[in-house]
Formats: sequence, C-alpha cells, structure tokens
Amino acid sequence: MIDSSLTTGHVVGINGNMMAVEVDTGSVVQNEVAFVKLPDAKLKAEVIKVIGKKCYMQVFEDTTGMAVGMPVEFTGNMLSVELGPGLLGQIYDGLQNPLTLLDNKQEFFLQRGQYKAPIDREKKWDWKPVVAVGDRVRGGQWLGEVPEKFITHRVLTPLGMHGSAVVKKILPAGAYAITEAVAELEVNGKVVPVTMSQEWPVKKAIKAYKERIYPEELLITRQRIIDTLFPISRGGTSCIPGPFGAGKTVLQHLISKFSSVDLVIVVACGERAGEVVELIHEFPEMKDPKTGGSLMDRTIIICNTSSMPVAAREASVYTGITLGEYYRQMGLDVLVLADSTSRWAQAMREMSGRLEEIPGEEAFPAYLESRIAGLYERAGLVKLHDDAHGAVTLIGTVSPAGGNFEEPVTQATLKVVGAFLGLSRKRSDERKFPAIDPLDSYSLYIDQMADSLNKNLDREWTRMVHEAEALLGRGAEIGKMMTVVGEEGISIEDLVSYLKSEMLDFTYLQQNAFDDIDCAATIERQVVDFKLLYKALKTPFSFETKAEARKFFVNLQDNFYQKNYAAEDSPEYAKFVSKIEEIIVSGGGRLV
Amino acid sequence: MFKEYTKITNIIGDIIELSAEGVTYRELAAITNHNGDTSLAQVIRIDGTKVSLQVFAGAKGMSNRASVRFLGHPMRVPYSEDLLGRIFSGSGQPLDGKPAIANAEETDIGGPSVNPVKRVVPRNFIETRIPMIDLFNPLVESQKLPIFSTPGEPFNELLARIALQAKADIVILGGIGLKFDEYIGFRRKFEEGGIMDRTVMFVHTAADPVVERLLVPDMALAVAEQFGIAGKRVLVLLTDMTAFADALKEISVAMEQVPSNLGYPGSLYSDLASRYEKAVDFDGAGSITILAVTTMPGGDVTHPVPDNTGYITEGQYYLVNGVINPFGSLSRLKQLVIGKVTREDHGAVMNSMIRLYAKALESKKKISMGFEKTETDEKYLRYADLFEQRFMDLRVDIPLNDALDLGWKTMAECFDRSEIGVKKEVVDAHWPKGA
Ligand SMILES: Nc1ncnc2c1ncn2[C@@H]1O[C@H](COP(=O)(O)OP(=O)(O)OP(=O)(O)O)[C@@H](O)[C@H]1O
Ligand SMILES: [Mg+2]
Repeated sequence: MIDSSLTTGHVVGINGNMMAVEVDTGSVVQNEVAFVKLPDAKLKAEVIKVIGKKCYMQVFEDTTGMAVGMPVEFTGNMLSVELGPGLLGQIYDGLQNPLTLLDNKQEFFLQRGQYKAPIDREKKWDWKPVVAVGDRVRGGQWLGEVPEKFITHRVLTPLGMHGSAVVKKILPAGAYAITEAVAELEVNGKVVPVTMSQEWPVKKAIKAYKERIYPEELLITRQRIIDTLFPISRGGTSCIPGPFGAGKTVLQHLISKFSSVDLVIVVACGERAGEVVELIHEFPEMKDPKTGGSLMDRTIIICNTSSMPVAAREASVYTGITLGEYYRQMGLDVLVLADSTSRWAQAMREMSGRLEEIPGEEAFPAYLESRIAGLYERAGLVKLHDDAHGAVTLIGTVSPAGGNFEEPVTQATLKVVGAFLGLSRKRSDERKFPAIDPLDSYSLYIDQMADSLNKNLDREWTRMVHEAEALLGRGAEIGKMMTVVGEEGISIEDLVSYLKSEMLDFTYLQQNAFDDIDCAATIERQVVDFKLLYKALKTPFSFETKAEARKFFVNLQDNFYQKNYAAEDSPEYAKFVSKIEEIIVSGGGRLV
Repeated sequence: MFKEYTKITNIIGDIIELSAEGVTYRELAAITNHNGDTSLAQVIRIDGTKVSLQVFAGAKGMSNRASVRFLGHPMRVPYSEDLLGRIFSGSGQPLDGKPAIANAEETDIGGPSVNPVKRVVPRNFIETRIPMIDLFNPLVESQKLPIFSTPGEPFNELLARIALQAKADIVILGGIGLKFDEYIGFRRKFEEGGIMDRTVMFVHTAADPVVERLLVPDMALAVAEQFGIAGKRVLVLLTDMTAFADALKEISVAMEQVPSNLGYPGSLYSDLASRYEKAVDFDGAGSITILAVTTMPGGDVTHPVPDNTGYITEGQYYLVNGVINPFGSLSRLKQLVIGKVTREDHGAVMNSMIRLYAKALESKKKISMGFEKTETDEKYLRYADLFEQRFMDLRVDIPLNDALDLGWKTMAECFDRSEIGVKKEVVDAHWPKGA
C-alpha cells in the first residue's frame, strides 16, 4: 500500500516507544500510520502530535535497535481494522493481528514487525444479494448477506459513504472471497466496486445509522445481583471497578459466557496472558446459551496482555469497540467487555509523559476524561437505515490504584456509565462473590427500563426490587448498630430485619461461579426465585425470643440456599419451594 | 570498528549524556573512566545527536572525559549448561572467582512476549511441604506469586526453603539489593541442600550500584526462558522486587519524568508486568514459575509497589509476624489443581479448616472484648491453638497428604463430624476411626 508519492521522513529522536520524526516531503495527518524501517523489520507507528515539520509517533512495537536517520514511510491511512466475514472465533492482538496465524510461522515468541491479514483472503462465502440494480443505498446499508458461524453476516456498503449511492451492479448468489467485488455503486457520478470487506479507522465511531434510541431492554447476564438489582440495558454501559483480586475478571468471564447476546468481544487489555489462555481453551468446549453452538463461535478475543507493547494496548480497546460497532450495523446485539480500562488509561499516561504534556491528577493526561467519555459514548442502541435495531453494550473493568475509587479513571468512568458495579475488598475477603457491594453500586437503567421490566418480568418488579434494596440498607445499619451495642441492644423487630437482609444477600446476591447450576440463573428463574424470596422478606414474622428468630431464619435461609443448587425443573427444586412455603406459613405468614 | 567518544556533556545521577551518531536505541556501551574503571551502560533516550545512557556501575566519580564505546547490540546474557552452579553480578560478571562463560550463545535480555496461543493452561501442583502453601494456597507450575512481607520477616528463608523442596529442574535466584549476609545465606543453603549444581545466581547486593539492580530480573528471566524452551521446569526467585521498583524510581527521577504515585513512574505497572509475565507453561516445552518477595513499605499493601504487583501476579502470600496469613493469602490458580491432581478431599479440608479458623478468631475476639466464654468457644480456642501449632508454624515440614490427614485428625479432636460443614460422603471416607 506504500506508494512513492506518499509522505516520507526520518527518525530524529527515540524515547521508549515514542519516536520523533522529521518529515522530508509531503503532509501528515493526525493519527496517520507510518512504518519505520529497521534493518530487521518494519515497525508500525501512529502519529499522535504534529509540531511544525516534526511529528511525534507512538511505535506499536519494541524500539530496540532503532536509530536516528532511519527512514519512515507514511501510509496516508489512519490506524484501521479490517471488517468483513471471518472475524468471529478469532483471537487478535491489539492491532488485529491474528495470533493463531502468527503461531504457525513462529516459535514461542511474538516477533516484532509481523503483520498478517486479519481475515482469510481465500475462503469463499455463500453470498446472497438483498438489493437490486437501481436501488438507492446509504453508507453502512445492507447489500447482501453471507452465513458466518451462527449469524447472518450482512455485507455493508462503505461505512463512511456520504449521502446515497445507486446500485449499478450486484453479483447473483454464489460463493465469493472477500477480495472479490460483489457490487458496484455509483457515488457522486463515480462508479466504485464494493467487496465483502472494508477498512475503518478505529478511533472514529461508526455512525452509519438512522438514529440512536433510548435503551429500554434488559441485557440478561444470568448473574442475579446484576439482572435483578443493578441491571444493564442492551446498548448500555457499565463499569466494574475493584481492587486486585476482588473478582473483576471472573465476573467478566461469567458475563461473557452466559449473556444472552448475539456476540461477545472480549478485550484483554494489559492484563494477564494466562487469563486469556483459559478462555481460549474453555470457550470452544462451552455452549452458547442462545444458539447452542460453541461459545467460541460467537466470540472475538482481542488480546493485548500486559507484557505486549503498550501502544498496541492503547489501540486494543478501540479495535474491540470498532468490531462491535461493525456487527451492530447488521442489526445484532453485541457485548464488548474490556478488562481493564485502567491499563488503557495508563498506556495514554505513559505516552503523555513521553510527550512531556502537562500532567493532570496522578500524572494522567488532561484529556483522560474526554477519552473515557468518548469511548463509552460509542456504545448504544441504534436504529439502522434498514430499520433494524442493533446494540453495542460496553462493560469495562477499572483497576483503581490502592483499591481507592477516588482516583481519576474510576471517577471519569463513573460520570459516563449507566451502571456502576463496585467490587469491595471486604466482600471478596469474606468470599462473598460476586463481590459487588450492594450498598455502593447502582444502575440508572432500572428506572429507565421500568416499563419493559414491569411488563416482561412482573407488574410489580421494580417496586419489589427497590424494596429489597432498601432492606439491604436497613440491614447494614442494624448490623453496624449491633457491633456497638451487641445483639442485646436491639429490638426483635430489628433483628428480624437484619436476618432478612442477610438472607437476601446470602441466598440471592451471592452466586457460586464454580457450581454448574448456581453459576448462571435464567431470567425466568430469577423472577420466580426473587418473588418467593420477596414473599419471605415481606412476611412480618413474629417471635418470642431472638434465639427463636435466629433458629427460624437459619432453617429458612438454608432452604433458599440449597434451592440455588437444584436445577430449575428438577424435583429437588420443587421440594425446596414447597418446604420454603411451609416454613413461611409456620412463621405466621399467609400464602396468597 | 566502533567509534569512541571522549566528551560527556552532562552527568545527572547515574545518567550520562553525550553527542554521538549512529547509536541505536537500548544499545550497550562500554565506558572506561579516566582512572581505568570500566562499566557498561545502556542507551535510554536519543534526541537528535544527544544520547542519554544509564551507567550500570553508577556515575559516581565519572569524569566527563571518560571514554564511551558503543557496542552495536543491546544487553545480552550468555546461555549454556555451564551457567549451572555459577554466580554472577547484575551485569553478568562472575562473582564466584571462576572465569567468565566462554563460547556460549548469547541472548538479548528483555525479549518479546510469548504468544498467548503458545501457552497451556497450568496444571501441575508444586509441593513445597509447607502446609500453609500446599494445603491452603497451593503453588502451581508457571504461576507468578509474590510474598508480601515487611523487613525483618523470614521471607528469604522461606524462598530458600521452597527452592530446596520444590523439585524444580533449575533454580535461578535473582537477588536485588540483597544484604551481603542474605546472599551468603542463600549460597550456603543451596550448597548444603545439594541444589547448587542446578542453580544459577544473579546477585546484586545493597552495596552495588543502583542501576545494576534493574538488570537482575531481566538477566535471570532471560536465562530462565532459555532453559524453559529447552524443556526444563525452572523456578525463578526474585528478592526484593521493591528494591527493583525503587531503582526504576531513581532513574525516572533523574530523567525528569513526571511521577504518578509517590515518585514512581507511570510505567511501573508495565515495567513490573513485563517481568512477571515471563512466567509461562510453554506448549511443548518447559515452564517458568516465579516466586518473588515484595516488601511493603510501612506494611502498607496499598503502597504503589505491592499494589501494582497484586494487579499483575496470580495471588500473593502474606508473610507477617513470622507466619503465612491464611486470610490475605491467595493462590489464584489453586482451583486448577485442587482435587484434580491433589487428593479428592483437598477442597473440603481446605474450606472447612479455614472457616473453622475464622470462627475461632471471632471467638478469641469476643472473649478479649469481655464477653462470656461458652462451651463452643472452648472448642474453637483449642482448634485455633492446634491449627497454629500444626499448620501455621513455619517450621512444620510435611507432604500435602500428611497435612490433609493431620487436618482431619485436628478437626476430629475438636469437633463433632456434624459441625465441620463437609459433605457426608467425604466425611465418611476420611473421618479418623475411633474419633
Ligand atoms: N464469583 C467468584 N466465585 C468464586 N471465587 C471468585 C469469584 N470471583 C473471584 N473469585 C476468586 O478471586 C480470585 C481473583 O478474582 P479475579 O481474578 O477475577 O480478580 P480481579 O478483580 O480481576 O483482580 P485483578 O485486578 O488483579 O485482575 C479468583 O482467582 C477466585 O479465587
Ligand atoms: Mg483481573
């Protein structure tokens, strides 16, 4: 793609992964990609600052051996990804290099300067056109479709196309590779060929849709504490901050496995390679809860782990969200998970330091907040030109220094996300998993989705949930009081409220990730289970003594707990339900 | 063939700057001072013709007329079987009075990462004969685990003991800012324990120049990587990584980088991660397991060094008051081996013993607050004593299966079988006869 008419330059300075380049001829574009030529390899870099004839670039690879004077060739293109059928099931690095392909040629290590085609050039896809010659189309509209794994992959008109175009030619159904032109469009009097693939600059949002719409549908994760208490909407955003070891990654992995979406993009950003290895080995063996196919078939993994180059880590999050936006364009429901956005922010910090920019808090650059906001704004539910709906939901983990949420990345993220799932050290130390702190966390979506929740789950759903939440607050207050005055110092009524709130926490909010049944609860089951629990929580039990109250709740709680380990339609499950109802009645409750 | 420069323009901390051409990034240079002292140095920044180098031996006493000769390659370490039994400084000089390694292949330090698809899911249990590790937070081959501790705790003794008992093919010790006595301590123990012939040591003592500290983990890990590729199961011990982080801090301050937290550079996480991530189980070759020591300044785990470490490693052992604390400690890979490669009752014993010990501590606390001691409390107190004696005491040295049996025995001595919260079939199979 490098052509002699393009801009050239030479290296004038190197500091870590930052290089300064003096432009010899031609113009440069902010975020343009260039290659620097070393004796052994050409390394990819991106323009991040232009000052007169000098530009500063972040190099996506180790810069050892680079010297002043080495030639730099600019490409004229911004950092882009390739979009088309064949992305599903792949494992890429932050720059969309397929790691499995790299693997064939190389030994154990990722050698620098090796860039491979992200999608197969040879493979033939079963193409079916959906437009006819003479049709008018807009950017990002569907021209045809090919089956890709379990989804219908829509072949799109160029995403960046302004205005509309006329279909001049369209190939009949048949098998074609992504390099073949399947259509020709006339745009502004010029006829252009269109293939099944196209490139898109990762740092630009894809906006080839009619409009954004208000997210009002629940994204089901099968994690009770999330779906019931702090729900996330399809097309919504959420963050999971927490100290090290509090369970961010385990929770994201659970969400990636059990969420009812069309596809999941997992961005392992600056975290451990070992965690990705587990996914790579587990996912092909697991079932997609929606299609029953292999979980890997609905997944794309972007893997730029902590020892891989830092600049590519910065890019990896954008690569992930861009792939998400691309599939959203097909009317699909996409979930993007980023672990951890703090490492992405730190990559920006490292570069900002090398550019000697004026630092903000904790040396993060001043634009940290706007970058975070810009990223989360790319999620959303949209109405496409074809009137179908597509969604990108984004859930990012945050790794705050010292586990303290009062730090810049957590704070900036909190301003822009709709659901805050804060993990607490205290709960993870007490092995209360998922360690989401129910008193600190919140979701704005529960009210935003109230109509649909109350219509689809239960007429009284949101009211019941808010009551349960209030009970947790009350329970915590009483608990605090007890540490001061002891159990003797509180009334029986308060003790009962306390025990109810403990029961809610222990049997509903906590969920065992390592149990085959408890690890995931369908939404239907959550509704039934929550309503039964709610009944117990609302019953005004009365007891003579505190000991009697405690004994009663030990029994009731144990039955709720055991029920979690029984399959939904098993006889044991039914047994526990009737046992629970019996206990509620014995405590003075009435069954309606 | 390589040009020599004799005009250093700036000397700042351990960094020298001069005007030079044709220099490559991270290239090594040999420096000869006016008094004949020599040192290696590495290029850390190039700005036009201005080149900055960090001097491994430090810039103390450095003349601005010292000679600087660029060597045309980055820092390397020799690799051959002859390394075994040898001791080197951070910059690779023999410290054991024997000659330098000759005719060996050389490999660049700080090389690229392993392709994630070339890793396998860790699956081998490493037995250390320390019950607080084996039973409660087992170490898994290819794991990276730090020991969080404070100065004065016996962390180096613990490391040495694990090295002696862990049955690794190769042990590589990276000593960073070690006290001289500690260095000799390791050496003696390894010699007495008979593992010196499969050990390589890279030792930087507190008296050595700061910059050399930065090399130790990279030298140790580059050698470990070569042995790992050759199919060996390598155990790397790094002590103390806080001293390593402090050296990073010194350099970044001298380079006038904007610090992020308490003076540490913003890249601290990446700098630590690129070392710890060398831990690996290669698909079709050997493995590297990393056990490190991270002393917590002021005993504070939220200090940037332990904090960043915790975000990188796969768990941690807390060594405080001479014992491994069962609550803060965590082996994140333990679920990969417990009950799968270890005995089937391992999970049950581990969970119930910890739960009982947590309750015992609650009883203790309650009693210390002046509440009445009940019969149940008595049981728990007795259990706590036995637990501390039989399991927590670092002198205890038993294989895992004995520890599991001892666990059943201890529970049976204190409790009724209905009180330990273990599934009936498991209790039936293991509850001591006659208890
Ligand atoms: N839902 C869960 N059920 C049971 N155990 C859990 C759960 N979540 C976390 N854990 C335990 O906590 C450990 C750490 O969890 P995880 O790796 O998700 O932490 P993290 O918050 O991602 O930490 P880091 O920031 O260091 O990456 C796990 O290895 C596991 O032992
Ligand atoms: Mg994690």
